[in-house]
This record gives sequence, C-alpha cells and structure tokens, in this order.
Amino acid sequence: MSATSIEAGTAPGDAAPAASAPARSFLVMPSVLVLLVWMIVPLVMTLWFSFRNYNLLDPTTQGFAGINNYAYLVTDPDFWASLRNTLVLLASVLVITVGLGTLLAVLFNQPFPGRNVARVLAISPFFVMPTVAALVWKNLMMHPIYGVLGVVARAFGMQPVDWFSQFPLASVIGIVSWEWLPFALLILLTAVQSLDNEQREAARMDGAGMIAQFFFITLPHLSRAISVVIMIETIFLLSVFAEIFVTTSGGPGNATTNLAFLIYARALLQFDVGGASAGGVVAILLANIVAFFLVRTVARRLET
Amino acid sequence: MATLSLRNVRKAYGPVEVIKGIDLDIDDREFVVFVGPSGCGKSTLLRMIAGLEQITGGDLNIDGKRVNEVGPADRGLAMVFQSYALYPHMTVSENMGFALRLAKVPKAERDTKVKEAARILQLGPYLDRKPKDLSGGQRQRVAIGRAIVRAPKVFLFDEPLSNLDAALRGQTRIEIARLHEELATTMIYVTHDQVEAMTMADKIVVLQAGRVEQVGSPLELYHNPANIFVAGFIGSPRMNVIDATVVSAGGGGVEVRLPSGAQIVVEVAAGAMQPGMPVRLGIRPEAMRIDPSGPIAGEVRLVERLGGLTLLHLGAEGRDDLIVQVEGTSAVEAHQAVRVSADGAACHLFDADGLALPRLARHQLVA
Ligand SMILES: Nc1ncnc2c1ncn2[C@@H]1O[C@H](COP(=O)(O)OP(=O)(O)O)[C@@H](O)[C@H]1O
Ligand SMILES: [Mg+2]
Repeated sequence: MSATSIEAGTAPGDAAPAASAPARSFLVMPSVLVLLVWMIVPLVMTLWFSFRNYNLLDPTTQGFAGINNYAYLVTDPDFWASLRNTLVLLASVLVITVGLGTLLAVLFNQPFPGRNVARVLAISPFFVMPTVAALVWKNLMMHPIYGVLGVVARAFGMQPVDWFSQFPLASVIGIVSWEWLPFALLILLTAVQSLDNEQREAARMDGAGMIAQFFFITLPHLSRAISVVIMIETIFLLSVFAEIFVTTSGGPGNATTNLAFLIYARALLQFDVGGASAGGVVAILLANIVAFFLVRTVARRLET
Repeated sequence: MATLSLRNVRKAYGPVEVIKGIDLDIDDREFVVFVGPSGCGKSTLLRMIAGLEQITGGDLNIDGKRVNEVGPADRGLAMVFQSYALYPHMTVSENMGFALRLAKVPKAERDTKVKEAARILQLGPYLDRKPKDLSGGQRQRVAIGRAIVRAPKVFLFDEPLSNLDAALRGQTRIEIARLHEELATTMIYVTHDQVEAMTMADKIVVLQAGRVEQVGSPLELYHNPANIFVAGFIGSPRMNVIDATVVSAGGGGVEVRLPSGAQIVVEVAAGAMQPGMPVRLGIRPEAMRIDPSGPIAGEVRLVERLGGLTLLHLGAEGRDDLIVQVEGTSAVEAHQAVRVSADGAACHLFDADGLALPRLARHQLVA
C-alpha cells in the first residue's frame, strides 16, 4: 500500500530516480525507532513489573515474584467480575448506540421542519467531556433527591429510583451510551445520506414498503459504516474510566468495576504496582484478542 | 395489453409548474419516446407515470382506469433508471428476482423467470456476480432484466443509454428495439438525443418547458414539423433557419426574399401570408446542394469531412453557420466561394409566431 503510493508519487518520466530500497529504509529509520521506543518501553516495563514484587507501601519487599502476581489476579473474584463488567459494558453500549443510531440516522434523513437544529442537538453530547457528562447525569439527572428523573417520578407519585445503588452497571451503560450515540449517529447519518435515491425508488417500484426498504436496501448499505462504528467504539469502550470513577468508583462492591478501573484501584488505591501491571498485561491481551477478530471482520467488509 | 392516457396532467413543485398540462394517448405495444432538451420535464413526466412523483393535477389512466393514487408497485409498470440503480449487495439473479421475492413468489418459479430473462439478455454466465463486477453494458442489461422479470404492462426507460460509450449505445439501441418486438409490450422511453428518438420510436413526443410541442411518427416530425422548435430539434445536423420576407403568395407556394436579395419559392400553403410579412425560412442541410446557378452565394468557412458525407459551414445570408450537406467525394475547400440552391419542395416556412405553414405535398412516407 505505502509502496504503491510512493511509486504513484513519482510520476513516470520524473527526473529524480526513486531512492533504492536500503537507502529508503535508512531514511525512515529515525521515525520507526521513535515509534518503536514509544510503544515498546511502556510495554516492556509493564511486563517487567508484572513479574516483580513492587508495592508502594512496602518498599522492602522486592525481587521477582514469578507468576505470583498473575496467580493472585486470576484467583481474585474481583478480576473475573471486572472482566465480565468490561464485556457487558462493551456489548450493551455497542448494541444501544448502533441500534438507536441507525434508527435515528434514518429518521434524521427524512425531511421535517427544524431538521438541521435537531441534528446539531442530537450530535452535541459528543462534545461534552466524559467527566462532565458523568457528573451531570449523576447529580442533575439520576440523583434520587435533586435529579430530574427523581422529580418526574415523584410528580407521578412514585418512589424515585436510586439509580447508582439499585442499577449501577445499567446506569453507567446509560451514561456511556448517551456519550457515544452521537458518534454513531454522525457516522451513520452521513452513510444514509450517501445512499443513492434511485436505488430506493427502484425498490419502491419493485414493491418494497418502508420496512422492506430498510432491511433490504438501507441496512446493507450501512453495513460498512456500522462496522467502522463498532471498531472505533470498541477501542474506546474497553477502557472506560472517567464515568466510573466519577459516578460509582467501581461500586457498590465490584458491580461497576471494569478492567481499567481494577488496574487503577490496584495501583493507586492498594499501591500494588506489580498486581496492577499483571492486570495491565491482561488488558493488553484482551484488547488484542478483540482487535484481532474485529479488524479481520471489518477489513473483510471494507474489501467488498 | 396496456394503453395509457394522460389528460391535462400537471406537476408543480411549490409555486413552480414544471409540467404544464399534458394530453397524450399511448396505444398498446407502442414504442413512445419523450424527447426534449435538458430540464424540459421528461424525467418528471415519466416519474409521474411510474408513480414516483405525485401528480398535481389531471388524470393518468392505465387501461382506462384512473391510477393517480395507485402506488408505484401496483401500477404494473417497470422502470429502468439512468444510473441503473442496481442493488450493490445483491447478485445479478437476486437483483432480477427481488420484486418476485417481495411478492412472495416461490423460489423455483422465481428462478425460472430469472433464467428466462437472463437468456433473453444473454446474462446467463453472470447470474452469480455482483453488479460491481460487471461492465457498464452488462449492468444496463441487468437493469433491463430486472424490469423484464416482473412482466410489466409498460416499460419505462429514463435515458438508459446515456452512461454508455458511443459504440455500446448504438448496439444497445438495437437490442432495446429488438426487445420491444420480442416482448410486444408498451414502452415509454425518455431521451434528449434526437437520434435515439428517430431510430427507436413509433411515436415521438417532443416536449419543451413542460408542454407538448408535437406528437407524431419520426418521419412526420422530420418532414412536417409543427413549429420552429420541433424543426430545430429533430434532424441532425440542425435545420438552417434564415430570416426572410414574403414577396408573393399564391396557389403554387410562397415566394420569399432572403437578406441577400435571393428569392426562393417554398411549396407551402399561403394561408394568410401577405407580401412584405416577415417569415423564417427553414432549409435542412440535406435539402441544399452546390449549384453554380443557385440563388445563395457564400464563402465556405469550415469543411467537416465525415467520410460518406461532408458538411460545409457557409458564410452566407448574414450568417456564418449555414450548414450544407454534400457528397463525401466533394472537393470543396475552406475559403472557397460557392453558390448553393435549395429544394423548394423540401423547405419549411414559419410565420412570425414560429408556427409552420402547411406543406402543399405530403411526403410519400408520411401520407
Ligand atoms: N424535486 C424538484 N424540486 C423542484 N424542481 C424540480 C424538482 N425536480 C425537477 N425539478 C425541475 O423540473 C424541471 C424538469 O426536470 P426533469 O424532468 O428532470 O428534466 P429532464 O427533461 O432533463 O429530465 C427542471 O427545471 C428541474 O429543475
Ligand atoms: Mg432527465
């Protein structure tokens, strides 16, 4: 790919000959080296610490721990809970944002008065930073006493829901979905707009109603955009942290602790850098496994 | 079996009226071509017939039944779009069978019909390909196949050849004409290309600015254009139009004087023509020839040699783009002074409003 673009850059008949292969690699070496150091140093340090006894509260215990850090990790019920929470959070937010995003994209593509304003409003949550979004939801929306939802519940004579203690994970999922729905909507809306109108008309002539048009024409057209949304969101959703830190701090118990929060808690609440590093290595593995399958399926989709 | 009739059909987008009252009858098995310059409303009219566009006023009848409010799928029509509008994620056979699949036709029957259409269009080897793996001409045939499979009462084509190269266009034109004969259904075909209209149509409808200018057979339009717009639009190269003045009008025709003083007798009915009235004289390039004793004198500005024919662009009668069609063997060169004569029986005369005066003798082919 890069080779062809380099060749495309030098037009045929261009006076300057392309650099020979060794010279070329020599010239790109510095940037490759910087990137390599940039990536490798933290990775190697994480790996290194994950096999060491390294506790900030007890500087006297040092030396190699062997696989002890990993052994503690996999026998810790918190770890498995956090793994489960990470995946539940990921899957739920993906389903909600892609599902709702597709529906909204199709709706926002219909002409209606005030459509442009509505589009801007629907997309604006994306510009609110996660900590602020989480704080707003926690204190202004979902708080059982001061929150809007509580006020509404009381207005109907119902008991307000204490969201973060009764449905902690669902609440976090709700907040994160609210943040990522605009992103999905934005990508999917541009994809819907690029659908050839004559295709839809041909389907109408073929006897497709609104629903058949959606499933046979619009949805297949959106499949690429949907896979792009899934890929990008997955990368960010595996490491959700601010929303959890601000709202529940991983609790109650470990109900909303995901892998990112678990690592943070290990390192900076329990000061166990070795254990946290082991968690980090697991997180890297998880991300790579997910990325492997994801990139493969997405790449296959983008090919066609 | 399908006849169509349009009665005072209108279309307005907000305050702008783009179809301004069209009356038209289309017979069973007729090949009708809507032709006109870009933006005259051809596509809009076709889409109204298809049901893709609301009809603002008037009646559209298919087989005598008013269908203004019937949905596009229920009118029994099929349309071939300019962009082909194939479904990119479906194979050729899925594309062609989509309408049947929506109509819940059993798979076996569907396959038979798709195979039959593929046979007619020679698409057999491509049934499992996706549209992106086909050439332009093949895509075009798939789009036609999608229409054939539905066995519609009327085929609608919207400039189906405009995305093809010249050679393929000529070939596909013949194929569509052959298809019309084989399927024996009514077809309505939209184009801005008068060659397509002339070669394919049983009946040409010339449209301009949302109105019908003239309806007739290709030769009728060529030999007896109703007005100066149709005269200029039908026929290639274009008809030459020269301002002239009536000298005398009688039973044998109308004699007119050209700007240079040259006089020509045109064999048209004089009607209300009086000497001194301004008229416009229409002479087709093929109705003129080099003639040392001809009345029109001019200088050749440009020679276009097409091989079999040669087109001379003449500076004469105050114009520099008078086109004369001569034999390809003609030795005439640019900047040469020539005299030409025009066949008075083949000339056209238009009054001040642009309406044609009726010819005295009708051409034998359009009797
Ligand atoms: N959706 C629309 N809204 C407003 N004007 C339109 C619309 N569609 C077409 N028109 C106008 O109607 C006229 C006829 O268009 P069309 O039927 O596409 O012309 P053509 O003869 O080239 O196919 C044009 O002047 C065009 O600007
Ligand atoms: Mg058009």
